[in-house]
Amino acid sequence: MSFRIVSAAIDPFARKRELERSAAGACVTFEGWVRNHNEGEAVQALEYEAHQAIAEKEGARIVAEALERFAVTAVRCEHRVGKLAIGDCAVWVGVSAAHRGAAFDACRYVIDETKARVPIWKKEHYASGATGWVNCATKAAG
Amino acid sequence: MTIEVTARYFAAFRERAGRDTERVRTQARTAADLYGELAKRHGFADSMTRCKVAINDELADWNVSLTAGDEVLFFPPVAGG
Repeated sequence: MSFRIVSAAIDPFARKRELERSAAGACVTFEGWVRNHNEGEAVQALEYEAHQAIAEKEGARIVAEALERFAVTAVRCEHRVGKLAIGDCAVWVGVSAAHRGAAFDACRYVIDETKARVPIWKKEHYASGATGWVNCATKAAG
Repeated sequence: MTIEVTARYFAAFRERAGRDTERVRTQARTAADLYGELAKRHGFADSMTRCKVAINDELADWNVSLTAGDEVLFFPPVAGG
């Protein structure tokens, strides 16, 4: 599958091998890592949740769009769910192409569209003990 | 006309509503109408335009008509990556 939601750690080296094509002269990969701060708050851990079936279906559409719009040979994306620690890889995008321009463009397209469209949610656990869902105005009751 | 549907909540919506699913008897005709009703009931603060809805496991338009027995999934603003 070209777009997968996974609960185990992402293996960038194994994923990259899936991009190998004889016609490819360029490979661009992007990794999104868990960082220790967001909007001025110290972050200790992140929790990702997804609707797996719909996320993988929408993700597959994004990959298909990238293959159609850019001169690329292979596109893959993997997004992790569950509780992640600082430094963990949360999302991986990889593209191979004959030339670098299309590989950079397609990689950027896939990560941007994934962030905007795929039903994945991120809960931050702050050093203060509080938690918050990123991008959401709705807060827990009480 | 009153119909019964199943509402399912995810992430911030689930925590706010204090449940992940509920049966709803409603006069709402569209997913948008139903969101308005449930947002008021549970205190969802996100503008519908930033949220997504899926019906029976397919992403749908907010103006789609509801049918009795539908499973309506409410997705708060996404934040992958």
